[in-house]
Amino acid sequence: MISLKKLNLCFYSKDKGGSEIEIVQIIGVALVATFLALILKEQKPNFAFLLIVFTGCAIFLFLVDQIYLVINMIERLATNAKINLVYVETILKIIGIAYIAEFAAQITKDAGQGSIASKIELGGKILILATAIPILTVMIETIIQLIPG
Amino acid sequence: MGLDVDIIFKIAGVGIVVAFLHTILDQMGKKEYAQWVTLFGFIYILFMVASIVDDLFEKIKSVFLFQG
Repeated sequence: MISLKKLNLCFYSKDKGGSEIEIVQIIGVALVATFLALILKEQKPNFAFLLIVFTGCAIFLFLVDQIYLVINMIERLATNAKINLVYVETILKIIGIAYIAEFAAQITKDAGQGSIASKIELGGKILILATAIPILTVMIETIIQLIPG
Repeated sequence: MGLDVDIIFKIAGVGIVVAFLHTILDQMGKKEYAQWVTLFGFIYILFMVASIVDDLFEKIKSVFLFQG
């Protein structure tokens, strides 16, 4: 306990409100959920599956505030650097799509449906490509302008 | 995180109790009741999980997609 307190003092400034405890909380919840899922899987596999889905969602919801801080910082940097905010928005949308697709694909794979998981990943890739069309267009136009002739 | 842990235990508890009831009803020879108990337990848990999945999607929309 004392060493933990020392770690807190070493690694973390006080103004953030104790994020280093949050990882301990997440690990605890994840381990408890894993054991419960193992117990439940022998009796009712579908209940165990729902438990795993719930745990995944809960952990992400727990992390949303921190992600929001990071995104806020990226936006502020982009504003200060006078980048067009549409690009940053597109990139954030891509990150969101990638996260959801990964989440769903992992859960589906856990449930033993590898083919549906790969379809979800395909859908994620295509939607990301479609979202990135404005950026790609601007980039290609820039490159064409650079070419002399 | 307090609420979430609570619901995790709730899900596991419902699962174990339902499995127990299923076994007992099966041994008493009432297979239909056992099926119904399993179905209702599953629906109850599905409701909780679906509500938090909805929550997750709303959060992702508002954080990443700027639609909130």
